[in-house]
Amino acid sequence: MHALIQGLILGILTGGVYALMASGQTLIFGIMKVVNLAQGAMVILAAYFSYTLFADFGVDPLLAIPLTTAVMFGLGVVIQLVFLRPLKREDSAQLSLLVTFAVALLLEGFMSVTWRTTYRSINTDYANASWTLFGYQFTVVRMIAFVLSLVSLGLLFLLLNRTRFGRAVRATVQNPMSAELLGVESKRVAALGFGLGAATAAAAGSVYGLLYPFNSGSHYDLISELLSIVVLGGMGSVGGAVIAALIVSTSSAVVATMFNPTWSSFTFFVILILVLLIRPQGLFGTVERGAL
Amino acid sequence: MNVPALARGGVLTVALLALPLLGLEHWVLNLLIFTLMYAAMSSAWNLVGGFAGYPSLGHAAFFGFGAYFIGLWFQHHDVVSGYEPFVILPLVGLLAALVGAPIGWIAMRTRADVFAIVTITLLFVAQTLAFNLDDLTGGAQGLAMPTPPFELARFEWPFYYAMLWILLLSMALTYLSMRSKVGLSLDTVRADEDKALGIGIHVQGVKVLSFSVSVGLVAMAGGVWAYYETFVYPQFAFDPLITIGMVLMVFLGGRATLWGPILGAVILVPGQQYLAYKLGGSQLYLIAYAAVFLLIMLLMPRGILPTVADRLRRRRAVGTSSDAGPPTAAPPSAGAGSSVPVPSGGTA
Repeated sequence: MHALIQGLILGILTGGVYALMASGQTLIFGIMKVVNLAQGAMVILAAYFSYTLFADFGVDPLLAIPLTTAVMFGLGVVIQLVFLRPLKREDSAQLSLLVTFAVALLLEGFMSVTWRTTYRSINTDYANASWTLFGYQFTVVRMIAFVLSLVSLGLLFLLLNRTRFGRAVRATVQNPMSAELLGVESKRVAALGFGLGAATAAAAGSVYGLLYPFNSGSHYDLISELLSIVVLGGMGSVGGAVIAALIVSTSSAVVATMFNPTWSSFTFFVILILVLLIRPQGLFGTVERGAL
Repeated sequence: MNVPALARGGVLTVALLALPLLGLEHWVLNLLIFTLMYAAMSSAWNLVGGFAGYPSLGHAAFFGFGAYFIGLWFQHHDVVSGYEPFVILPLVGLLAALVGAPIGWIAMRTRADVFAIVTITLLFVAQTLAFNLDDLTGGAQGLAMPTPPFELARFEWPFYYAMLWILLLSMALTYLSMRSKVGLSLDTVRADEDKALGIGIHVQGVKVLSFSVSVGLVAMAGGVWAYYETFVYPQFAFDPLITIGMVLMVFLGGRATLWGPILGAVILVPGQQYLAYKLGGSQLYLIAYAAVFLLIMLLMPRGILPTVADRLRRRRAVGTSSDAGPPTAAPPSAGAGSSVPVPSGGTA
């Protein structure tokens, strides 16, 4: 029982970070119908940025978040303009998938050249601190990660629901053609939306760097987890992605604490298969249109 | 029967069969083996990714399956004549096809993008399994195969012919499916799956069949590869770059064509080896590879063969009359069934 609850706590705290990463990914899919296989690589790139800022300039990763977010936003817009906008054919969904895979490889290559492939971790002075409450451990870093993720998700929610840009994004997700007829500039929304997805990856990356050691190859593990979350939540549904992230991360944390850490990474795959068998469109997905 | 296509195939077969007799250097043969391997695997990938329009990113999982099957089999069996691994190769293919069928059945409940997601996840899960089941697979230590007891002068020959055999098998299956109802059904599925279902095509059946055959062929290539390398490590047997290689070659040569994947392999494998040789060791190699990949996707999204075939057809059409659609004698190897006819000026 103790292990179960400890696993639940761990899973929920970690789930926030995954929710953040996956919300960017599902947003990009909702807007452009692009499965962004580079999302994991962008997260790791942002983690490296905050690593460098911390190791070389002594900037705390938490303070670095606005900076990395801004940089990654710009990078995201550039990637969309250079690599994704030119694809205009009817099979652009398939092509864009491969293009984002290539972008992921490009980023991986860049990261391995710049930071080499040794594992890095951001060791702040609070990295190993923890609180004990009723016999359960709450590590400070995970608490911070959770709060930060909630704040970022809250900002994303406000942006989507309270601004003109957010309304344009939601309109594009629901029906791109009508949105365009009503004066939404779909090209600009696509570019900015990809930037926004990259920005959430950046915020998540700084937090991820605090939680786990990483190297340039880490994005492979990340991307398969993220994709299962997005599929589970329903492609294009931000709310679904958040809930799916919590489900996936708590169940894998529970498996890790109660059984064996080796098999925890399989939990998400088992969940994915069950989803595909029972409800292929995911928890909150609609078959025809994206939902937000 | 289509005589020119068969003649082309015959010429290629004879030429490739005779090639090792020229007394080539070892490194040339090595390069040829990898070219044949990728040609065979791209041709196999094309069955699912090209014809059915389901871009699988998980084919390397079956490459690794084949590699580990051969690797594990010869932990318990001895290699005497050296040809035993080739003898059980059909078994490897059959098993992979059997394993692939239910996986395809589940994965193909989803459409293109989600399908790609599910298959790439499959690849990472397979890799993790190979790492974690260390009682069976040896984990990160990998598996060592017995050294093939072939004489040095002709060491590469058996591997060369095995890869060639898989390539020819894959091309023959592609050709047969293109000339049959299966190919037509796959064309329809790619163009519009809901309509295909509506006009009574057994959609799920042909999709799973193409997936199953495709992964079976890839697993056989993996088996030969394992024996040639004489070791199997999880990160090399289940390498995302292997999947990417297949995908890239098909896209470069032309999807849903018979010769496109082979053309792609002939261009890219030597190019890749050159890059690895020039930039090897450093990760610049990865950057160069990704850059080539991006260039191909952006400049020639339909691939070489369809683009060239279109040009030729248009030039011919200018000579006779105005645009009359694909003429009756459209060469099946290149244009036919490539993609929905795009009005002129589609690609720049």
